[in-house]
Amino acid sequence: MKDKIQDIQETIVKSSVWKSVFRHGYADTPRNRILMVASNVFLHLHPSKLRRHGLTLRYTWCAGGLTFFFFLVTVVTGVLLMFYYRPVAEYAYNDMKYLQFDIPFGMVTRNMHRWAAHAMVIMVMLHMFRVFMTGSYKPPREFNWVVGVLLLTLTLLLSFTGYLLPWDQLSIWAVTVGTNMARATPMLGAEGPLAEQVAALTGVATPRYDARSLLTAGTVVGAPTLLRFYVLHCIFIPIVAALLMIVHFWRVRKDGGISGPM
Amino acid sequence: MADIKDASEIPEVIDPKTDKVHTWPHLVRIEFICGLLAFMGLLVWSLVLDAPLEEPADPTKTPNPSKAPWYFLGLQEILVYFDPWMAGVVLPSLIIVGLMVIPYIDVNPKGNGYYTWKERKFAVANFCFGFLILWVALIIVGVFLRGPGWNFFAPWQEWDSHKVVALTNIDLNILLADWTGLDALRNPVVAAVFGMGLVGAYYAIIPIYWKLKSKKSKILQELGPVRYGITAFLFLTMMALPIKMILRWTLNIKYIVQLPWINLNI
Repeated sequence: MKDKIQDIQETIVKSSVWKSVFRHGYADTPRNRILMVASNVFLHLHPSKLRRHGLTLRYTWCAGGLTFFFFLVTVVTGVLLMFYYRPVAEYAYNDMKYLQFDIPFGMVTRNMHRWAAHAMVIMVMLHMFRVFMTGSYKPPREFNWVVGVLLLTLTLLLSFTGYLLPWDQLSIWAVTVGTNMARATPMLGAEGPLAEQVAALTGVATPRYDARSLLTAGTVVGAPTLLRFYVLHCIFIPIVAALLMIVHFWRVRKDGGISGPM
Repeated sequence: MADIKDASEIPEVIDPKTDKVHTWPHLVRIEFICGLLAFMGLLVWSLVLDAPLEEPADPTKTPNPSKAPWYFLGLQEILVYFDPWMAGVVLPSLIIVGLMVIPYIDVNPKGNGYYTWKERKFAVANFCFGFLILWVALIIVGVFLRGPGWNFFAPWQEWDSHKVVALTNIDLNILLADWTGLDALRNPVVAAVFGMGLVGAYYAIIPIYWKLKSKKSKILQELGPVRYGITAFLFLTMMALPIKMILRWTLNIKYIVQLPWINLNI
């Protein structure tokens, strides 16, 4: 019996199909340890070796990794939520209620999406704090810090655009408060400094056509805003953020792996 | 380690630069465990606490207070002290740009890759002040201590939407006119010139300090005039917030500069 199992195992592992998928064995050799990383499209964002102190949690707090982890959670739960949610003012709130009370695991999926988003904001803040405190933005990692600041901004924007989607009182008033700020943009917001002068000259920077109406797709936070924020939240910002994350992780590796005493 | 043949080949001091381990399994294992623990924590959090869902959106019913999401409440808190064009647009933009230029203005080569306070006191003190006080602490104030009318409420106080707060804020030029008896300061043109002069004098510290110190200070020479100018500008702009806060708390100052013709107040 044992021999038979071994025979079968051998046949599978030596088959051309198996070999086409898995390029190397699993025996614990230094070569295989490196191949595990180097021949895996996801893992190879890591270097195949790293400095020992990069493993310590008191150095990294695992903050960057957890930020990415929470991003992945929001992607998975977010796709699930998209099956049940329509970004239309008439339906959005009812879809939320339906999701929470009628869909199996709807409530917990929504909770995980919401809390993972909050956790991502907290972790990205902690990550920036840790990177600053260890001076990891110093040469040769200057540019990766810049990418990181952009990612922090995108994280906040992702969270903010998602805030509107439940279409309840909390949503629209928080977004009203937030987008009202754009109204005060110098020269480009209808109530900002120099707006009157710019409007008189160009016809732009009126309440209908200013920095705020660009965000809200109108003069108030209404149905067009909901659609605009939905597209930004589900498509535009995640794609840009994912691209920058690829650059960010790649640069960690290319700039000499995790920072440490020079 | 396998190819070390006798004891003499074992290095006595471990050099952190060359002391390397394989990513698989050492790092991947830690990432997996961290992810697993985080997932468990998130799941428990999501089972215990439901995400909020209030009444349907109603543009005719404005709640009091209307709060932005918690991570923006630091900015909303700045609105108490500055007009929206500053609190909502200029300062946030400068925060983002200011963060991005940090690696290019900090020329101190020390403290790269390890925790240290002694080797980079100015950088660490500044960042901690901005991060912990002007960001985290203001968020805490905005989340927990602000109630109806954006008035201050201690955690044990009930949110009374009829709380009467005397509006005693006064513009700087009026305050000075009252103090000195110089009625010319009440004239809006004089007040505007005076206010802009004050702000100009504040930023004039930058070249004056450079003139006085650059020849003797090694740090300033290493920085050079451009990097110094950017650093000093960002630093003074950051400090404008606590200065305005203190002026508000002590003297009830509303505006320092007023240019009503172009709708610009500071």
